[in-house]
Parts: sequence; C-alpha cells; structure tokens
Amino acid sequence: MLQIIDIHKSFGGTTALLGVSFNVQQGEIVALLGPSGCGKSTLLGIIAGLFPPDKGEVLWEGNALAGVPVHQRGFGLMFQDYALFPHMNVARNIAFGLHTLDQSPAEIEHRVTETLELVGLPGFEKRDVNTLSGGEQQRVALARSLAPHPRLLMLDEPLGSLDRSLRERLVVDLKRILHQMRQTAIYVTHDQEEAFVIADRVVVMKAGKVEQIGMPQEIYCNPASPFVARFLDMSNFIAGEIILDNGQPVLSTTLGRFATSHPARGAVSVLIRPDAARLDGSGMVKLEGKLLEHSFRGSSQRIRVQFADQVLSFDFPTATDLPAVGTTLPISLDTDQGILIFPA
Amino acid sequence: MWLAPLGFLALFYFYPLSSILQVSFARGESGWMGALLDTLASSSTYGVLGFTFWQAVLSTLLTLAVGLPGAYLFARYRFPGKSLLQALTTIPFVMPTLVVAAAFNTLLGPRGWINLGLMQIFSLEVPPVVLTNSLAGILLAHVFYNTTIVLRMVGDFWSHIDPRLVQAAQVLGGNRWRTFWQVTVPLLLPVVLAASLLVFIFDFSSFGVILLLGGPRFATLEVEIYTQTVSLFNLPTAASLAVIQLACTLGLTVMYTRLSNRVSRPLSLRPKTYTQERLASRRSRLFAGGMLVLLMTLFILPLVSLAFRSITHLESTRLDTQPIQRGLTLDFYRELSVNRRQSMFYAPPTSAIGLSLGYASATVLLSLLLGLPAAWSLARSAQNPFNRLMDPLLMLPLGTSAVTLGLGFIIALDQPPLDLRNSWALIPLAHTLVAFPFVVRSLAPALRSIRPQLHQAAATLGASPGVVFRTIDLPLVGRSLLVAAVFAFTISLGEFGATAMIARPEYPTVPVAIYRFISQPGAMNYGQALALSTLLMLITSLGILLIERLRVAEVGEF
Repeated sequence: MLQIIDIHKSFGGTTALLGVSFNVQQGEIVALLGPSGCGKSTLLGIIAGLFPPDKGEVLWEGNALAGVPVHQRGFGLMFQDYALFPHMNVARNIAFGLHTLDQSPAEIEHRVTETLELVGLPGFEKRDVNTLSGGEQQRVALARSLAPHPRLLMLDEPLGSLDRSLRERLVVDLKRILHQMRQTAIYVTHDQEEAFVIADRVVVMKAGKVEQIGMPQEIYCNPASPFVARFLDMSNFIAGEIILDNGQPVLSTTLGRFATSHPARGAVSVLIRPDAARLDGSGMVKLEGKLLEHSFRGSSQRIRVQFADQVLSFDFPTATDLPAVGTTLPISLDTDQGILIFPA
Repeated sequence: MWLAPLGFLALFYFYPLSSILQVSFARGESGWMGALLDTLASSSTYGVLGFTFWQAVLSTLLTLAVGLPGAYLFARYRFPGKSLLQALTTIPFVMPTLVVAAAFNTLLGPRGWINLGLMQIFSLEVPPVVLTNSLAGILLAHVFYNTTIVLRMVGDFWSHIDPRLVQAAQVLGGNRWRTFWQVTVPLLLPVVLAASLLVFIFDFSSFGVILLLGGPRFATLEVEIYTQTVSLFNLPTAASLAVIQLACTLGLTVMYTRLSNRVSRPLSLRPKTYTQERLASRRSRLFAGGMLVLLMTLFILPLVSLAFRSITHLESTRLDTQPIQRGLTLDFYRELSVNRRQSMFYAPPTSAIGLSLGYASATVLLSLLLGLPAAWSLARSAQNPFNRLMDPLLMLPLGTSAVTLGLGFIIALDQPPLDLRNSWALIPLAHTLVAFPFVVRSLAPALRSIRPQLHQAAATLGASPGVVFRTIDLPLVGRSLLVAAVFAFTISLGEFGATAMIARPEYPTVPVAIYRFISQPGAMNYGQALALSTLLMLITSLGILLIERLRVAEVGEF
C-alpha cells in the first residue's frame, strides 16, 4: 500500500531525516517509535504532503505522491493537540472533511452521528469544542479524521497531552476502533507501551534513521541495537569478550564466563535483561550481590544490585519477597533468554 | 481609590459634555431644543454628516487593503529587520496630525517634491498633482495613520493562530480557497471587524488632516464644529453638531468594546516562533518585497521628505529680488527664535516649543496621578461589578472627539462655578483627558500581572514589605509606568483638535503655531512650519520608539 523509500529532509542546517524506508500494508497499524526530535513528526508531514522531502519517494499503491497536494491525497492526520477548529461546533468540525466528498447534507449528518457513536460520544453534535475535556477533544479529533474514510490515517502523538490513566484506557479504545474499521494507520509515539499495545508492527527511529522494524514482541525480545534496548528501558550493559575455549565460543565478563553461540568474536557489549534474574537459583550463572536500592513500581518492583564493579537493575513481580536493603543476596541469571550480545 | 479619577472625569468630561447638551437643548427662537432641531432640519448638516461617513468608509476600506496583507506578512514570516520595520510602522499612530499634513504637503502638495520635480522637468507653470484640497489627500493621510492599527491588532492575533488548523483543513481535503474561507477568515473575522471599527472611529472624528489637506471644500463634523465655534462663534449650532458627533462616536465605541470582547475567544494560541516561517519560496519573497516597498513608501517617505524639505531652499523667501539660492539651509530653524512682527500677540515659535514642553510635562504628571489609582483599582478586582462598569467608562474619552472636548471646555469652563478661561491649566487638563485612556490601558495589564503569589513567594523568601515593593512591584510596573508617561507626553505634544479650540492666541502650542504658519502665504512661513513639524516629528518618533522598546506586549491590546 504505502511505500516510503529513502526519505531525506533537513530544515535550515539541522537534519531531520536521513534516509528512512519502510512499508505499510493494507489494514495494518504501524507505530513510529522514538525519542522526541528523531524525525517522526517530520516524516508524517512528508507523507501527508505538508512539505516535500529533499530526497526520496512516497508511493501509494505503486504511484509516486510527489506533486499531489495535501488536500487530494485522501489521507487523514490527527494532530498532537488535535487542532480542532475553535469557531465550529463538534458536528461542523467532523463534517469539514465530508463536504469535499460530494455527499448530501443528510448523508453528512448521518456520517457525523455514526462517527460520534463510534468514538463513544453520541449526542455531542452541538457542543462547543472549546468546552470539551482533553479526552473528549481527542475523540472528536479522531472522529474528524475518520469521518471521510481516509485511505491512510496518521496519528501524531494522539494521547501525548493526556494523563497516564486516561492514556492507558484510550489507547485500547483507539486500537478497537481502528481494527473495527480495518483502518490502515501510522501511529507516532515516544511511549513504548502505547506502541506495543496498538501496533501490528513497530518502526523504531533514532536521529532521522530507522533503527529496527518488527512486531512488538520481536522488538522487545530481540532489540537490534543497544539504542533500542535502552529505549525499551533495558540498561544493564557490561563489557565482555568472546573467546574460543577449546574451539567453543565462550563469553567472558567480569560477572563470569558463559557458553554462547553468538558468531561474534572479540570485544562485545553484553545486555542483561532486567527480568533475567532468579532468586531460586534456577539460572545458569550464579552470583552474589549487595542490594543497594529497592523501588516499588505498582505491578513490579525494581532493585539495584552491586556486583564486583557493576551495578545492575532487575525487575521482579510485586508478590516476590525481597530482603532488606544492604543485605547480600544470591542471584542467578537465566542466560538463555536473559542475555543479549551486541558487537562492540 | 476611585475618587480622584472619577472626580476628574465628572468635572472635566461629563460636566463640559452636559453643558454642550444644555446649549443645544436650550430654548431658542423656535422653542425647546431649538438649536438641535434647527441643525437637524438643515440640509447642510446632512451634507456634512454624509461626507463624514463617506470619507470614513473609504478610508477604512483603503486602510484594510494596505493593512491586511501587511498583517499577513508580519504574522506568518520571519525576516531580518522585521522588528525595526514593526517599530517604524508604529510611528504614524501617535504622530501629530499637523506633522502628517505637513509631511504629505512636502511630498505631494503644490510646493512638494513631486510637483516641483514635475514642473522642473516639463517646464510647467501650475503644479500638475493636486492632492491638497482633495479627497485623495485625506484618504492617503488616514491610511498613513491607521494602517498601524490593522497591522498591530490583526497581525498580532494572526501570528498566534495555530498553523496546524490550516494544515488540518488541508489534510481533510480542503483546497486552498476553502481552507481560507472556512478556517482562516472566520478565525480572523472578529479581530478584523474590531480593527475596522476602531479605524472607522478615528477616521470619523478626524480633524487636523481634514482641516489641512481637505481645504475649504471638505468639512467633516469635526471641522464644522471648529468653524462654527472659532470663525462664526455660533455656539448653539456647534453644540448641536457636537451632540450628533457624540451620539455617533459613542454608538461606535460601544460596538467596538462588544466586538473586542469577542476577540478574546478561547483559541489555542501559539508562541510566535512556532507559527512563523522564513521567506523561503520565490513567491513569498516577492510578496514581502512588494509589501516592504509599499509600507516604506507610505510610512517613511513622507516623513523623510518633510525633514529634507525643512532644510532645503527652493523658492524665494520674503520679498528678495535676488535670484533664488537653491541648496541646503538652516534658515528656517534660525528664524524660529526671531520675533519679526514685534507684536504683542505674536510669540516667537521657540516660545511655543517651551510652552508645549511645559504642557506636556504637566499632562504626564496629571495623567499618571489620575491613571495610576484608576488602573490599580481595575487590576485589583476585575470581577467586581463596579469595576466592570468603570472599564468602559474610563475609555469614553477615547471615543469622544477632541474638538468636542474643546468645545465643552469653552462652553462650560469660562463661567462660574468653574471659570478657567484665563488659566494656563485648561490645556493640560484637556490633554490629560485625551491621554487618560492610553495611560490606564498601559498600566492596567502590568498591574494585573503582579499576582498575589509573587508577593507571598517573596515574603516566604524573607523579603520585607518594603523590599517586596522595591524588588517585585517597581520593576514589574516601572516599564509600563514609563510607557504611560511617554504616551501622555507625545499625545500632549501633538494634540491639535482640542488645543485649536481653547489655546489663547498669544500662547500657541507647537501644533497651533504650525497651523498658523501653514495658513499664511510665503516660503518663509512654509519653511518655518516644516522646521517646527520636523522638530515635533523627531521628538514624537523618539518617544514612540522608546514605547516600542519598553512595552509589554499583549494580544490585541490597544
């Protein structure tokens, strides 16, 4: 459906995009995930046609979109702060995109009602958009971009300005609505949880480049680079070296030596996942460390543990009994799932 | 707190206006309200009224035609020299009418650069461009004056509108045309209407421009009131015309306040850095270039032409028979301090300068003394119903024409109980009335910005009340106090309408002296008028640039 091929863009002296390519299939929801300033919103602007790329192409069903003006692309874009027209009521906001489709007033009215029901705001037609709450505005903005049946819907941090609990509820609603309409969509966010919940595939971006593309689970289990891992809140990196011991590759670190099947040789960077630690001694590598810090995080708890010259963080379910801060505790590491190796 | 400002308004605004009403409603030859009824029955009144409306409508439309593209340029683009240009375009707003009239005269008048040039090139006997005594001259001067209002009000509002509203409309399938009419226009409409109405009010009560550039053929209500009072001394007719004028301007002012309240519609306002872009495309550069040339020609050229003409010798002065010495000269400036006529009623122009500066200082003092408590009370409790009533009341003098104020002074204050006929205080009192709304408008936002939390924060950090005043209040209000003072000073220096009515012949202010010189024949008189105008222009420009640097910007505040 949508093909994005080697897009470059710079503003003034600052480079926003450095050769971005990926595809979006019919009915698929793709999340663009990355820290602020990585070029996500710029890319949306280019796909929507708000500004042209310096280099590269956007294709829709194989046809280049360069030269097609914004209003003829048939794409929807939901803006970060919604950009609702303040001088129009809810119904007129939603109807704005329907007027160009040569529909009769009755059809337009019907579509407005239908879309408002879809987003869970039945009867809101006559309301003044300036008096709506943040969550309601978000739904009206969604209704407005869905109403004309866009071939592709782009959502630019649509939940960014809402508080956490509302965000968690709305992202599920959003996913249900988009799936119900079999809507092809690109969802921009800097929140990994949001991206994982809503997306069929995730494109992780870093400083104007694509860092990794994959299904949420794939990305979580196999981050392609230390950057992706760090962005997903995995920060236990230690230095290591893969050497051959009797012809078998062995990873040697300050924490100990483990067998590995990784093809790299020489110096490497080793990630120990926060969920790799076991307290029951079932892991392959057995260690002892001093518990430095303990923080409760709701559904999980996190501890920081001092090993010889390393401090690592580990997550445990809330129900797990943990000793007091300052005590030494035995920890074993699940090296099958819990250790990732990146070439240094 | 309200006592002093209210007492002042009662004594020097409502009392004179009620005297005007009294005179026009008084029993005349044809019974009660004779003067007013006679005036209303006269066809010449309708001629004057019709022309007043007609020129105001034309002027407003022309002002919008220049101002709206300019507002777009300032609102949507960043370019080098923009802040300087913005400051320059503000200069006309407080420029004295006499200076503007003189400036257009030096450019397009019978002895102006363009006519002299054309006469030289084509050896003509008569000036080919007739701008003085024509409607075109009046309209041009009004556009010069009021474009600033459109640039300021509309430009400021426009620059804070989220550009993503337009993008959203485009993404939803709206083409350029539909997006403009359904999104941009409705968003701007209230502020455009408010600006137009304000421009219309100023055009409607314009006096100096019409008196000087319109000549005897054109009379607005203002000019007619002046003529009836000063030349014909027909106070009942003047008072009746003033009543009509008052009714019109008050009606318009009420409409304006209603509209400007609508402008503060809840909008997702954005910082300017977010909404503005550089002049990247060829089309935008062409547009900006054209606009710059137009604005510079309109705003700067007449003023430069005035300054240059005031130091140029082009024609014979007095009765000298020698061939004309063309070239640069400071003669006109030297002549200002000479009392040639040795007449008791003639004051040398330098004394007019001294007098004007004195009046201006008195006006600053008086308007700050009255404006500060008024602004403070307004800022303290904006929700208080009494204060909500006071806000528009304080703005009333802004919508009242200066000539009407002057007439009121003549009628009311020259007899007991309050006889100020021979008092020097009359002029600063009138100027204070004119300056008062500007002073209050400059002070109130700054005073409002001092939230009680700031005082509490300072106090918890160990500051005593004295220290709080010195380190919090004074720095926050100091700037706007200075702005208000400069406003009052420049307004007083340039005020002509009311002064022309009440100034005594032997004590002219600078604008009155300029008017006298311009009305008299001879190159020396003309030159002196230009020299005085140039001096006034320099002082006023300095004042305005100072205001520009100091004032705390607010959306749509005027």
